[in-house]
Amino acid sequence: MAIEDDVLVIGGGIAGLTSAIAAAETGARTRLVTYKQSTLGNASGLVDVLGYAPGDDAPRADPYDALAELPAEHPYSKVGADAVREGLALFDDAVGDDYLGNHSEANALVATHAGSVKPTARYPRSAAPGLVSDDRDMLLVGIDSVTGFDAPMAADHLSAAGVPFDVRGETVRFPKSFPQDADVTRYARALDRDESVDDGTVREVLADRVEAVLEDERRVGFPAVLGDSRHEVVRTELQDRLGVDVFEVPTGPPSLPGLRLEDALYDAAEDAGVRITSGNPIVDYDADGGRVEQVLMDRMGSEVAYEAQQYVLATGGPVGGGIESDRGGVEESIFGLPVEHPDDRYEWFEDDVWGDHAYTEFGVSVDEDLRPVAGEDAQFENLRAAGNVIGGYDFATEKSGSGVSLATGYVAGSEAGELI
Amino acid sequence: MSKQAESETFDPVDLFPDATEMDLRPGVDKCDKNSNCETVCPVAEVNEDFPGPKFQGPEQWRLTRKGDIEFDESVDKCLNCMRCDTACTNDVPLGQMHNVARANYVDNQMSHASREFLRNKMLANYGTLGKLGSMMPRISNAVFGLGATRWLNEKLLGFPSERSFPDFATQTFRGWWSDRGGDATSAERAREAREARGETGEDKKVAFFHGCYANYHQTEVAKSMVRLYESLGYEIAVPEQSCCGTPMFANGMLEDARGVAEGNVDTFGALVEDGYDLIATCTSCSMALRKEYPELFDIDGVDEVAAHMFDAVEYLRVNEDLEAELAGADVDFPAMTYHAPCHGEVMGVEGIVTELLADVDGVELDDTGDVCCGLAGTYGWKDEKYDDSMEIGAEMFEAFEEAPGEVALTECPMCSAQIEHGTGYEVKHPMQLLETALVES
Ligand SMILES: Cc1cc2nc3c(=O)[nH]c(=O)nc-3n(C[C@H](O)[C@H](O)[C@H](O)COP(=O)(O)OP(=O)(O)OC[C@H]3O[C@@H](n4cnc5c(N)ncnc54)[C@H](O)[C@@H]3O)c2cc1C
Ligand code: SF4
Ligand code: SF4
Repeated sequence: MAIEDDVLVIGGGIAGLTSAIAAAETGARTRLVTYKQSTLGNASGLVDVLGYAPGDDAPRADPYDALAELPAEHPYSKVGADAVREGLALFDDAVGDDYLGNHSEANALVATHAGSVKPTARYPRSAAPGLVSDDRDMLLVGIDSVTGFDAPMAADHLSAAGVPFDVRGETVRFPKSFPQDADVTRYARALDRDESVDDGTVREVLADRVEAVLEDERRVGFPAVLGDSRHEVVRTELQDRLGVDVFEVPTGPPSLPGLRLEDALYDAAEDAGVRITSGNPIVDYDADGGRVEQVLMDRMGSEVAYEAQQYVLATGGPVGGGIESDRGGVEESIFGLPVEHPDDRYEWFEDDVWGDHAYTEFGVSVDEDLRPVAGEDAQFENLRAAGNVIGGYDFATEKSGSGVSLATGYVAGSEAGELI
Repeated sequence: MSKQAESETFDPVDLFPDATEMDLRPGVDKCDKNSNCETVCPVAEVNEDFPGPKFQGPEQWRLTRKGDIEFDESVDKCLNCMRCDTACTNDVPLGQMHNVARANYVDNQMSHASREFLRNKMLANYGTLGKLGSMMPRISNAVFGLGATRWLNEKLLGFPSERSFPDFATQTFRGWWSDRGGDATSAERAREAREARGETGEDKKVAFFHGCYANYHQTEVAKSMVRLYESLGYEIAVPEQSCCGTPMFANGMLEDARGVAEGNVDTFGALVEDGYDLIATCTSCSMALRKEYPELFDIDGVDEVAAHMFDAVEYLRVNEDLEAELAGADVDFPAMTYHAPCHGEVMGVEGIVTELLADVDGVELDDTGDVCCGLAGTYGWKDEKYDDSMEIGAEMFEAFEEAPGEVALTECPMCSAQIEHGTGYEVKHPMQLLETALVES
């Protein structure tokens, strides 16, 4: 017996979650099945819509302006600018006031851990005082044992990028010592609990050490380790003790802002009534003519069928697991959907690590309704794709990762739901 | 098989007799050090000296491959909850690596004359202890409950005096089963139920892996399972069996585990060949047969056993229209709070219970959310780990206190022991609830 629902979303990244929420909001009985954690734990927690159009050297102030310049095969060109707005509206509803940026359609500019300036559409509340458009002087504080954020270097890079304020970097010692190479979550927990140390508590001593190096800057940025479950409390207390604004600079994986976003979106999906099944992958499907009848989950050796009327494929790209390659070629991993790629394996990537790699754009091709196609033909009438499993865009270069997932997730989920 | 399944099938190399032969390199190479695993580890959360799953797994493996370096003694602090395994975005077989590392450590580095070793050996072989205890349940209960015994247990053996040993049931499940007429009676009752339900199709047959706990302690859970399954037309076989081996994996005693695994695979493999599916009411038992055996041992038939092994709730969810069955039910339960065991999460069965019961009239169910109970099999039964165990459990205890429910619900007997210990709640198994809803009402 298959487990039955109206809409089945495969994949629990930002695209899958958006699709599932959008489908559930139409009233369809919706299930999300996902294998493992999504790429959100690796991502910054910033929600980028479009920072650079093809050929741009400088970031775009207005992402909607740049949308119009994208090639026809770009997922944004398929779904249109209104879908981007709808996807963002769904996001704003889902995360509530944890995120800012919805007061304007323009990109905000956020300082990254490497000291570059990144255009983004939505940013966590904890990053807000660090916006680069703000002209207050800035102190960046690194923690000596936290790798991945070299504050003096980031400050130099920001200055070189021509930011409209003075910025300095200092490094302090964390009030508590951990074994070598400790994970960011350890720092966050110590701050969450405000553990006792010599001379006071972790928060107090950290504030004291920063105060000692603070000059007349009006805002201070830390790597994103300022608490996990109680991060607003931690940040507010540091702010009060220092008498200046405190913000977090997004850091690399595992990224606490990314994980907090993942939690918030899962909560929103549960509130919307989405049923969630996680831990095992979908590996196969049965189809009749042009319709997907059911998909099969591998539960350690045997298969369990999940059936729905409409399906959304949101399994991510080469990083998320949705697109697979071997020496022979590249294809989508459940339905075996074709993925356009150069025949010669050596053309999939460039020798230069930062070069223009073809594989970054690998993904399935879709029609206007986001149905995967081979050539011109939709492969299944009841299957839509969303997020990074779709090809034809390079999220890392154009800074569009979450935006494409939100826009396509919104369209795929709400269209699937409305057909029920 | 799709391409994905093919490429992810990871062939373990036989672990014994030469433990160092197991080739985990393909798994090690998949780790890109993104540290997602570290964010979910309950031990790392409370114990700053624990280096965390990434170190315990791929990094330690890399280091030891280079020679000279011994396994770090911190492997002994891992709970074997497998949460890291579930979290890893790159399919690194962390649980498998920890099990192998722990076995290496215990075999080659741990003193076999130490109090800890002796105590661990007793915990690992709980099946034997349970068998002895259950022969004279009343006396055992009295003796284990005595203050003096507890004191001795702590001083001599390293069991925490704070905990009381679980009571032995006055009759084992196996005793009840044979008094009731064994497999033959079950077949008869199932046939009657199928007739009453108007079912004519194939036989519905399951073999029950009861493990130690359902046999010696939580016999009521096993009995509820029997009545529920039979009422839905399933005939049940209860073959001779050993402990599943979970306490052995967790204590690095893989030789012992291999012994029980061989026996269990032999018995249950034969039943699979006869058309039986396999079920367990304890998520650690089902995980052992489904995940740990094939990851660690190259036994004939181990993959077939794994493929047919189900959690008892999951099996009904997959094979019966439980929603339709439950639609008519109207039951009068006190409000409940559900706790999903870590091992259930690893198998992907988390969420089934809450989903199924959400719409049943008369059922009010909350969820403690994604927290580890901290007892984790034998971990919390060790004096030196008692404090960590309780600190890990603190979040779950709080969730119970805050939830409106008066009764706790979980599939794992160890979680239930910890819930009782930390909150004083009465604990039920979903099988008991389903029996009330579907058989009694
Ligand atoms: C290192 C890194 C940094 C990034 N930084 C940013 C950033 O700063 N800003 C930004 O906007 N975006 C960023 N992104 C992109 C963004 O986080 C997402 O990757 C993007 O939105 C794609 O999301 P997705 O939901 O399509 O796929 P994913 O996030 O890849 O999720 C795919 C999900 O599908 C599941 N899955 C895969 N196969 C199966 C299967 N067979 N059965 C069931 N489930 C399956 C996976 O377990 C996973 O949960 C970054 C990404 C990476 C990797
Ligand atoms: S199995 Fe559990 S306790 Fe052990 S390292 Fe992994 S997450 Fe931590
Ligand atoms: S989650 Fe997996 S890939 Fe990431 S550090 Fe842990 S083991 Fe390595």
